[in-house]
Amino acid sequence: MKIYVPMDSAAKALGAEDVAAAIRTEAKARGIEIELVRNGTRGMIWLEPLVEVEIDGVRHGYGPATVGDVADILAGDSAKALGPVEKLDWMKRQTRLTFARVGVINPLSLSDYEAHGGLAGLWRAIGMDGAGIVEEVTKSGLRGRGGAGFPTGIKWKTVHDAAGPQKYIVCNADEGDSGTFADRMIMEGDPFTLIEGMAIAGLGVGATKGYVYLRSEYPDAIRVMRRAVEIARGAGVLGADVLGSGRAFEMEIRVGAGAYVCGEETSLLNSLEGKRGVVRAKPPLPALEGFLGRPTVVNNVISLATVPVIFEKGAQYYADFGLGRSRGTVTLQIAGNVARGGLFETAFGISLGEVVNDLGSGTASGRPVKAVQVGGPLGAYIPVSNFDAPLGYEELDAKGGLLGHAGLVVFDDAADMLQMARFAMEFCAVESCGKCTPCRIGAVRGVETLDRIAEGDGAAIPLLTDLCETMKDGSLCALGGFTPLPVMSALTHFPNDFATQQEAAE
Amino acid sequence: MNETVPTSEEIDTLLAEYSHLEGPLLPILHAMQDSFGHIPEAAHRPIAEALNISRAELHGVISFYHDFRENPVGRHVLKICRAEACQAVGGTALAEATLAKLGLDWHGTTINGAVTVEPVYCLGLCACAPAAMLDDRVVGRVDNARMDTLLAEAGA
Ligand SMILES: Cc1cc2nc3c(=O)[nH]c(=O)nc-3n(C[C@H](O)[C@H](O)[C@H](O)COP(=O)(O)O)c2cc1C
Ligand code: SF4
Repeated sequence: MKIYVPMDSAAKALGAEDVAAAIRTEAKARGIEIELVRNGTRGMIWLEPLVEVEIDGVRHGYGPATVGDVADILAGDSAKALGPVEKLDWMKRQTRLTFARVGVINPLSLSDYEAHGGLAGLWRAIGMDGAGIVEEVTKSGLRGRGGAGFPTGIKWKTVHDAAGPQKYIVCNADEGDSGTFADRMIMEGDPFTLIEGMAIAGLGVGATKGYVYLRSEYPDAIRVMRRAVEIARGAGVLGADVLGSGRAFEMEIRVGAGAYVCGEETSLLNSLEGKRGVVRAKPPLPALEGFLGRPTVVNNVISLATVPVIFEKGAQYYADFGLGRSRGTVTLQIAGNVARGGLFETAFGISLGEVVNDLGSGTASGRPVKAVQVGGPLGAYIPVSNFDAPLGYEELDAKGGLLGHAGLVVFDDAADMLQMARFAMEFCAVESCGKCTPCRIGAVRGVETLDRIAEGDGAAIPLLTDLCETMKDGSLCALGGFTPLPVMSALTHFPNDFATQQEAAE
Repeated sequence: MNETVPTSEEIDTLLAEYSHLEGPLLPILHAMQDSFGHIPEAAHRPIAEALNISRAELHGVISFYHDFRENPVGRHVLKICRAEACQAVGGTALAEATLAKLGLDWHGTTINGAVTVEPVYCLGLCACAPAAMLDDRVVGRVDNARMDTLLAEAGA
């Protein structure tokens, strides 16, 4: 009997370790021979821990499973039975390209990985020259999934064309945005995809060394990635002679130290070099003078982890999904006060309303939805009246929003938007790298100003608006520059929460 | 957490293990903190000398990052998420109740030295919030009862 229990940290956080232990004990007591596979998560976090039992090659789900459910699950007669997992609505409605293997395979089995299409992309890339590899990525239309949406092919071409004795691939796994966990999920659930993507990037631009800058808040992902790198090295996927190609690519996992701003690429590079994570002015571009002053590709985890499927299926196949200039799939992370939270991969273009109300089934509390913050702490609070917005980079921008890393945090009507605006300013003050005054000092003033408004001083509202303008115009990076977005969207769409007590009483 | 004062041999061993890396400082600081619970004062001079940086520069780096501590902490570290997704499901109230119960402020340590409570901005558990982490162990959908269990386990 083959049984799957996820080792993803969200599943663990909901009790997967205890369930796995109970399955072992119960199987032994009943004298049932089992093979227990620790997979990644399927992304249906409201069903975690999701136990899957394979029967005649079909995986049947049981969830959310508790220790008390284990005996019935093994007996094949549990009230938590969900039927075949692949037939669940959430699974059927997705287009899983980047996440095709996550939740399906044993994350640390290279043979499982290859049996599910893994390494096909790298084999194909080995048969191409650097320029051909870069051209393929350009044709796919892939844009950076870290937030800015910059075309990945153009970045790679700059590094490819740059001269340098040593070039680098740096993977940005700092994933600091609240409401996002796609990077973590793929690193824990299919780490070889990221390794393969980085190796293809290395072959493409002529870089022989890669680093993953992985946040310290993800101890499970760190363990899985480190182990996967060792396995890949042992199997010759990494090393002096990648899959016998005669070309080298090595990589290392580095751990961050709890600074949100280190997700900004130049701050990240300083941190990787062992300096304070202060943002660098651009130019020079990291593509030309990046890690240790050398040409460097900095890409988000999802950007790099999407490269293998582009090479496996072809650039055109990938580009055929999507909307407008947003090609391929978006890996939505549905979070916060939502009944059904998790990861949902689909072509760009799905509406915010469909995601929140239909996929997410509304709030967890059962109260009405008030707002959704899209794109992390620097993203806008979007009211229900804008739920027709299609999720694409330009499309959301037109609605005053920011897609960012595609995290969605749902709030119910109990949320106090003035307090959320205050938190945005407080977060900016805590995390500012300190380089620009509008960010460093402005954010502190922002907190004070919002406190005045909360105390009923309506005259402070124009001050807040001015302050946001100053921060937007006078900040070097998006931390100071975009903090006004959540603040101003809260103020614009939810003016009642900012009304002075007198006004509210009138 | 280990709070003994490290010997210079222990410090040199860690330095030798990481000094050859490109950009070795963060890996060294993490290794020191993993071994000693904080970055001990005694390690400052050897690190600065090994990497050929000034002690002021070293201090600048240590103080920049929220993770690095210059003083010993409790035997366990409890991190409670303060970010938006956790706030959306009552994370703020949970954090306040926990601090009040322990009579602590953020970064404070219980009198018996068992637990230090720190804020964290996102653990990537945003679809099963509110979230917390006791040392390296993640916990989701934390309510007051679950928090009490965690605190009891940690000996708070
Ligand atoms: C304050 C700040 C935080 C950021 N955090 C992240 C992050 O955690 N992960 C990420 O991939 N990009 C982050 N970015 C964006 C990066 O600067 C950069 O655009 C990205 O890593 C490039 O990779 P991509 O083109 O593949 O998206 C952040 C930017 C800013 C300004
Ligand atoms: S905006 Fe803030 S975080 Fe960004 S460079 Fe300026 S001070 Fe640093």
